[in-house]
Amino acid sequence: MLALFYIFIAVVIGVSFWQITRILNFRTVIATDKDNDVQGKLFLGFLAFLYAMMIYCLIFMNVLMLPESASIEGEHDDRLFNITFILIGVVQFLMQFLLFYFSFKYRGKKENKALFYADSHKLEAIWTITPAVVLVVLIGYGLWQWNNIMDLSDAENPLIIEVYSKQFQWEARYAGDDNALGRGNVNYIKGINTMGVDMTDVNAQDDKQVTEIHLPKGRKVIFKFRSQDVLHSAYMPHFRAQMNCVPGMVTEFGFTPKFTTEEMRVQSEVVEKTAVINKIRKEKGEDPYVFDFILLCNKICGASHYGMQMKIVVEEEEAFNKWISQQPTLAEVIK
Amino acid sequence: MSEHHHKETFVTKYIFSQDHKMISKQFLITGIFMGVIGVFMSMLFRLQIAWPEKSFTIIEAFLGPHQNDGIMNPDMYLALVTIHGTIMVFFVLTAGLSGTFSNLLIPLQIGARDMASGFLNMISYWLFFISSIVMVVSLFVEAGPASAGWTIYPPLSALPQAIPGSGLGMTLWLVSMAIFIASSLIGSLNYIVTIFNLRTKGMKMTRMPLTMWAFFITAIIGVVSFPVLLSAALLLIFDRSFGTSFFLSDIFISGEVLHYQGGSPVLFEHLFWFLGHPEVYIVLLPALGITSEIIATNSRKPIFGYRAMIGSIMAIAFLSTIVWGHHMFISGMNPFLGSVFTFTTLLIAIPSAVKAFNYVTTLWKGNLQMNPAMLFSIGLVSTFVTGGLTGLVLGDSALDINVHDTYFVVAHFHLVMGVSAILGMLAGIYHWFPKMYGKMMNKTLGYWHFWLTLISAYGVFFPMHFIGLAGLPRRYYTNTNFPMFDDVADVNVVITLFAILGGVAQLLFLANFFISIYRGKQAEQNPWRSNTLEWTTPVEHIHGNWPGKIPEVHRWAYDYSKVDDNGDYIHGEDFVLQTVPLKDGEDPS
Repeated sequence: MLALFYIFIAVVIGVSFWQITRILNFRTVIATDKDNDVQGKLFLGFLAFLYAMMIYCLIFMNVLMLPESASIEGEHDDRLFNITFILIGVVQFLMQFLLFYFSFKYRGKKENKALFYADSHKLEAIWTITPAVVLVVLIGYGLWQWNNIMDLSDAENPLIIEVYSKQFQWEARYAGDDNALGRGNVNYIKGINTMGVDMTDVNAQDDKQVTEIHLPKGRKVIFKFRSQDVLHSAYMPHFRAQMNCVPGMVTEFGFTPKFTTEEMRVQSEVVEKTAVINKIRKEKGEDPYVFDFILLCNKICGASHYGMQMKIVVEEEEAFNKWISQQPTLAEVIK
Repeated sequence: MSEHHHKETFVTKYIFSQDHKMISKQFLITGIFMGVIGVFMSMLFRLQIAWPEKSFTIIEAFLGPHQNDGIMNPDMYLALVTIHGTIMVFFVLTAGLSGTFSNLLIPLQIGARDMASGFLNMISYWLFFISSIVMVVSLFVEAGPASAGWTIYPPLSALPQAIPGSGLGMTLWLVSMAIFIASSLIGSLNYIVTIFNLRTKGMKMTRMPLTMWAFFITAIIGVVSFPVLLSAALLLIFDRSFGTSFFLSDIFISGEVLHYQGGSPVLFEHLFWFLGHPEVYIVLLPALGITSEIIATNSRKPIFGYRAMIGSIMAIAFLSTIVWGHHMFISGMNPFLGSVFTFTTLLIAIPSAVKAFNYVTTLWKGNLQMNPAMLFSIGLVSTFVTGGLTGLVLGDSALDINVHDTYFVVAHFHLVMGVSAILGMLAGIYHWFPKMYGKMMNKTLGYWHFWLTLISAYGVFFPMHFIGLAGLPRRYYTNTNFPMFDDVADVNVVITLFAILGGVAQLLFLANFFISIYRGKQAEQNPWRSNTLEWTTPVEHIHGNWPGKIPEVHRWAYDYSKVDDNGDYIHGEDFVLQTVPLKDGEDPS
């Protein structure tokens, strides 16, 4: 396969040099009827190529896609995305057809006359109003969903977690029994107090610092993001969640996990994708991949940006409570 | 102006020229030079993406101290991405495209002897030249060039401790951009004044070709938005060098707390994107203007919906200044702002759709002359549609959350403003080459160039949408740390191969361009049988453009294939120069 490409490229280079020598003895410089004919047909051929590529990508690259949303809020994202994508697809197929088919159909001939057709208010009204109406639907649904995701004020008994970023590492802090995070600032960073928690704050005593995030299934989680050096972005693709971490301010994002990690691992899309990945890994002689939720950095943050990640585990409430109770509080760790 | 010929030395003719035609060629050649650098950089980092940490002799050859045994360093990868973006957006598609064609066409198409101020025009070019030199020099500083992404978000761009490129490299980047902005502003003001004041008799605003409208509106958005980037750059220079805290606060790095208090990186993002988004249209509108002209000429038909086209250019320009926040949905700004920007952003789809439909309708029942310029223009409409449609996903804040900063974004903006604008620029070069150099470019090479470029553009950027939807973040040196992305590795190889093909195809263009300057066939006065004024000037360039009086204009630019009641061409041919008076009983269009 690769060799074919190299050969193809070599052929292209060869042809190009042949053409360069031809430049010295060309005849016509302006398109003739024959050129119009050939190029018009090539446009039709290109339309076929484009359709083939679109269909190939839609069918065979589907397995690459992220599995269905693992958060309850993300369900509407998926639905809105599907609606938008179908719409885009239809318009794309139609517009490319018109463009390239017209390029073929009306390819110039000496004896032909173009139609002097400069304006039509009716047509223009149609293609102003149609997109406008369609957009009303997209904007309406989009704004409703945006509000639905971003409005965290009505969450009942949410789990509060601070996600803390620095070059090139994630850390996290649970709010503890009082479900309130202690104050944090870079001025408090010292020794093992790597997140800069103000230990004089009462709320900070029961906070728990961890290097792996565990979430209970079905309970709303509100993340508070901080950064100590440059911009980072906390990207949790499986939950349709992302928010920048900005030094000097606290940003937030919330969602409700819908599936546990174990449930995701047996979900059909994940099984299929994992099989594809493991086939590739086996060929390279690497250990098999097991699905895990992941938090990765998605804002350029320095040389090792590409390695900045943290594992997220979603489990049943019971297992979560057991795990969190085993984590030491800050008061125990930082004396 | 001057009836007698000035005595010209080599210096006044080729170097410090005040003639708009020569200045446009200077912009073009400099733009092409920068373009070669920018495209070549993309080849290098595509090698790294497709075959991570594999040794290549070409990397060893070009990256000097920033590689080990032919494997590029992660810092250098980011630097290449950064400089590729900067060069392509500003130096190629802003100065190279607008600078070239605004300078060449504005006086010629409105019927003026030259720009309003030839001297300022010359200054504009030389500032651009200096900024290009500074940018190229920044590639050679010890710690490497700027590498915080072309958007240079602080604190990364402000702190050399965070990334080595934020030292001297970043300083030079900022200096270069400040000079560049000055150049762009001087140029834009000149374009606006010229179009307002120097139109020939009869050239009403509503008779101007759409290229003129596009350049005119582009210059206005440039004047409105570029100064804001200048202020952002200056404030960033203050933060970097004089200890102010406009964009920085509460930073702990390299084991110490820095003194910055109370600034906000989000403020920088607002300032940056207040230019950054209009910039997309500064790049795109001239390409669309060029395309409008070329499609009408080569379809032998009037552009469909002339007034609607002007209206949509204006609507796009207006909207472009109030949508910048869609780059910042997840920046931490108030979610309510996100709602407002979603609304304004998606509105842009309407004028864009009008333009796309009007192009297609112009082709309908035309008599299409498939000159290379026409092919590139049709290609532009295709990529503009493909790339524009995915804007519906990215402009919708709720959907943007999950595709933000992934390869989906990279695919979207490359198609809609990168590839489209490049195709428009190439179309313009093929179309107006006879006007610039008095020679014709080779047609066959043009065809090869077009097809290889279009196929590789789609080959690179179409599959890229899907690896973005797989959640793959952009600007990753390698994806090997994430087993979940192992299945996109093959796609990346294919993309890189297409990228190399596309890059190699540009050699055809370079050869055609430079050989044709010297050995191309002599051009006729009006080779494409076009209506506009520039084709009434002599093939040989003269100061003042027209040997005698400036011609008077009697009609709009699009009287192609105008027939009388018997179906015969009113003026005997399928085109009518704007200088031809109306016949008795002829309807003005």
